[in-house]
Amino acid sequence: MSWLYNSLNSSIGKKIIMAVTGVCLVLFLIIHLIGNLTLYGGFNAFNGYVRTLELVKPVIRVVEVVLGLIFIFHIFNGVRLWIENKNARPENYTVKGIRKNTTLFSRTMIQTGSIVFIFLVLHLSTFWVAFNFSGEPEHKPYQYYSIIMDWFKNPFYAGFYVIAVILLGFHLNHGFQSAFQTFGWNHKKYFPFIQKLGTVYALIMAIGFASIPIYFYFNGGN
Amino acid sequence: MKLDAKIPEGNLSEKWTNYKSNMKLINPTNKRKYSIIVVGTGLAGASAAATLGELGYNVKAFTYHDSARRAHSIAAQGGINAAKNYQNDGDSVYRLFYDTIKGGDFRARESNVYRLAEVSNNIIDQCVAQGVPFARDYGGVLDNRSFGGAQVSRTFYARGQTGQQLLLGAVSALNRQIAKKTVTLYNQREMLDLVVVDGKAAGIIVRNLLTGEIERHNANAVILATGGYANVFFLSTNAMNCNATAIWRAHKKGAAFANPCYTQIHPTCLPKHGEGQSKLTLMSESLRNDGRIWVSKSKKDLREPWNIPEDERDYYLERKYPSYGNLAPRDISSRSAKEAYDDGRGAKGGEAVYLDFRDSINRLGAKVIEERYGNLMDMYQTITGENPYKSPMKIYPAPHYAMGGLWVDYELMSTIPGMFVLGEANFSDHGANRLGASALMQGLADGYFVIPYTLSNYLASEKPALVDTNDKQFAEEESKTREYIDKLLSVNGKQTVDEFHKKLGRILWDYVGMARNEAGLKKGISLIREMREEFWKDVKVVGKNEDINQTLERAGRVADYFEFAELLALDALNRNESCGSHFREEYQTEEGEAKRDDEHYAHVAAWEFHDVGKWTRHQEELNYEYVKLATRSYK
Amino acid sequence: MSGNINVLLKIWHQKNANTKGGFVDYKVNVSPDSSFLEMLDEINNDLERKGEDPIVFESDCREGICGTCGLVINGEPHGPLRKIATCQLHMRNFKDGETIWVEPFRAKAFPVIKDLMVDRTALDKILQAGGYVSVNTGGVPDANAIPISKDLSSEAFDAAACIGCGACVASCKNASAMLFVSAKVSQLALLPQGHPERSKRVQAMVMVMDELGFGSCTNTYACEAECPKGISITNIARLNREFFNAKFKSSVLEY
Repeated sequence: MSWLYNSLNSSIGKKIIMAVTGVCLVLFLIIHLIGNLTLYGGFNAFNGYVRTLELVKPVIRVVEVVLGLIFIFHIFNGVRLWIENKNARPENYTVKGIRKNTTLFSRTMIQTGSIVFIFLVLHLSTFWVAFNFSGEPEHKPYQYYSIIMDWFKNPFYAGFYVIAVILLGFHLNHGFQSAFQTFGWNHKKYFPFIQKLGTVYALIMAIGFASIPIYFYFNGGN
Repeated sequence: MKLDAKIPEGNLSEKWTNYKSNMKLINPTNKRKYSIIVVGTGLAGASAAATLGELGYNVKAFTYHDSARRAHSIAAQGGINAAKNYQNDGDSVYRLFYDTIKGGDFRARESNVYRLAEVSNNIIDQCVAQGVPFARDYGGVLDNRSFGGAQVSRTFYARGQTGQQLLLGAVSALNRQIAKKTVTLYNQREMLDLVVVDGKAAGIIVRNLLTGEIERHNANAVILATGGYANVFFLSTNAMNCNATAIWRAHKKGAAFANPCYTQIHPTCLPKHGEGQSKLTLMSESLRNDGRIWVSKSKKDLREPWNIPEDERDYYLERKYPSYGNLAPRDISSRSAKEAYDDGRGAKGGEAVYLDFRDSINRLGAKVIEERYGNLMDMYQTITGENPYKSPMKIYPAPHYAMGGLWVDYELMSTIPGMFVLGEANFSDHGANRLGASALMQGLADGYFVIPYTLSNYLASEKPALVDTNDKQFAEEESKTREYIDKLLSVNGKQTVDEFHKKLGRILWDYVGMARNEAGLKKGISLIREMREEFWKDVKVVGKNEDINQTLERAGRVADYFEFAELLALDALNRNESCGSHFREEYQTEEGEAKRDDEHYAHVAAWEFHDVGKWTRHQEELNYEYVKLATRSYK
Repeated sequence: MSGNINVLLKIWHQKNANTKGGFVDYKVNVSPDSSFLEMLDEINNDLERKGEDPIVFESDCREGICGTCGLVINGEPHGPLRKIATCQLHMRNFKDGETIWVEPFRAKAFPVIKDLMVDRTALDKILQAGGYVSVNTGGVPDANAIPISKDLSSEAFDAAACIGCGACVASCKNASAMLFVSAKVSQLALLPQGHPERSKRVQAMVMVMDELGFGSCTNTYACEAECPKGISITNIARLNREFFNAKFKSSVLEY
């Protein structure tokens, strides 16, 4: 299997890892957002959603593990690429022309990704840990909703959440079309459409996720 | 010195076949015992090195560039001729042969030119197989365009970058052999001398341009494919580094130099903008299909071109050559432009003439002109900052190609046994004038299809043992080379190398340029001699040998030009006729056209070197058995 | 002279790959019609007159086709204009009083040789790994034996137009050579003549590219923007596709 190891360790292999894991995360975000939108239906709607998830708990656990691995691969590989790519130019230019020939989104993937990563840790430690490791099972649905409500009343937490998902949007805006390019699906006719689709997707994700803390902060969730 | 062209027996169309049937071969396992040096990696050099590597020889290829792909063949725009007759318009090997001979004003060797036409078809096949993306028609077959001097469409092309695509093809073949280790590439090496042992080429002395190290390389045969000498004029369409040093130093070692006075001046280049100009940029000749060339009728006319009314314009090519008009051959167009601006009627009184698209734009619309010439129009605007759709282009003739070069026989071997010369560096196929799209053809013909045969014929009678690089001849040449470099570095005068080169270029342009006469040539020769003396007294070459020293590189080349320029003028002075690119004012018809003297000058002038400024002129008679000499007419 | 402009040049000087470099200032008065390289020629001529070492930079054809020249001017390879090489840049594109920074191409795979001259032989090493069609001279079919559609041939030409200058590497924030490699791989993948070896070619070329210290592509497309020949990033997509197909379909384990 050394051919596989070599292939995935080649520069194009590493791109493919980024793209495949990225696409998985893109799909995950869609499902995550749809689920989260039940928050707008008040706590009964949200309860219904959570109860459905409780019914398939073993599946969710497997998905969580897979998702965790995907995150780790995406992040590890991303950081590795960033370090290697830094080393490919030991002495940088004094005048940087990069603003003239690239988009802001494409050249800040490591920065937006890092902030999203910090956000992810915080996000997991506030919601995921609290949801899974505290309280009695029968009270959970109520607790979930109130945990969310409580956290989003905190202006710093809500603010950071909003900033982080906007940066996530930046990350996705580049990542979406970039994945297509990496898979070799760049066609003169369709690629401009894919780029627009990516921007629309990134906007929906950023606005969708950002709206929740804003809604709870200003509205209290009642 | 004996000039034996070694033309094979038989009918013209059978000579090459006969040669191939009777030549001596080397068995495949013995080929690797022979070492061959190829200097230059342009079309001729790269194709030769690759093909000889494929055959199994041990090849060492040298280039002064970092990469083989940078050779100046890359800049050829128009195309490459071949007698494929894909257009069914009556082309044939004979026609290509005849057009080339006629285009060269009957001053080339019949047998060589016929062979060139014969192998031209193989070149196209070879290039396509390498993945050269030639222009194609909608049915998927190759497209052709027509070019000056021919009545058939036989030019294969890859947009305006044919030279680039052909060179990249040849270099890819070379790269394949480098990977297979049959060819070793020595890049950033400049050949500074030829080593001759017992009358045969035994190796070369090169300078490593990065370290200054002087290296000795031995071989059973040396192939020079180092291009032409048009840069002697300083301003030419050649690349900055093109030079004559390799062929000149081989000439000084005994290789005859043939027809140095045949220098092609291309009519459609961009004019100079000032004294800082470093080279001239060629614009494709195809522009003359839709552009009209004119100057003002009055001298020192400083008006903007669009303010000059129609009846005050002189469309001089249309006036003098009504049937060919703006499509008159290169030499005629260039000379007429010079006449006009020498008369003070050039664009704004300067050294340029107008190439005007106004009428074509009115007739066809700007869109059609853009479709046809868009990239050239853009290039013009980038360089000059003027919009050629609004105001006429200014053009200027520029030295472009050297038909002359080292004398070679039918086998492409020089007068030094074991030293072969290919491509523009030799004199063989274009006579006194080269037709468009023929240079690429010749370079590749020599490299892919001629040298692999003729070299085998030579090597078969040679022993594979090499002259050791510790041999005293190698040591002597190396120390002479070092002394020469030290001499250049120690003059420590006041004028820079470029300043000298510009002055030399000006002398040549004024006295040995497009129109020459006896008095001017004599004056030119004495000025060249004076300037050469001044060079060795007053040149300033900074830096040292043991480092990258681009000034030193140029100094060596310019020093050689000072010697070569005299021979160029001397050859022009001794050719008392006008033919092709060589125009002597004393020898013209009443209408001002070139007048050949076939009785006295249907020969190749090959010069033997004795000392700087001292040569003997030898003649190789050109016996035309198959074509009848005729006067070119483009009226 | 009237009509001339004054510019302040900050030009990188570096003795060799192992020493530290720095900028040296030159104040010049130059004609707007002069090319950028002709301006450097004039500076060098003045330096030589004074007995000082000239600035080392490379150039050859000065028509934008040989790929020898390559300076990073104000942070951009080949300067501020698009689709031209450094040799085609003219001073009329700069303002009077402007400060212009001139640096060499910077990449681990392109070590500085001296001043503005860098070693780009790494690009040739990649080509030697497989950037060719393995046919010997002679013994090839007639040029018209295989019809190739005009569009395909034209697309192959677009890729083949690469001049090997290395601006893609110089402009990429990762110093990746993907555009260069993809241009050659694409040319030969599009044409039927390149098909017999396409699997081996792409794997070998990518392997050597990685070994030589170039970075990885992160699809910022700076390369396409700075390429003097406008080589498209669709070629990189094709390279990815070729690589993917070769890896999963080919039964050769060598790469």
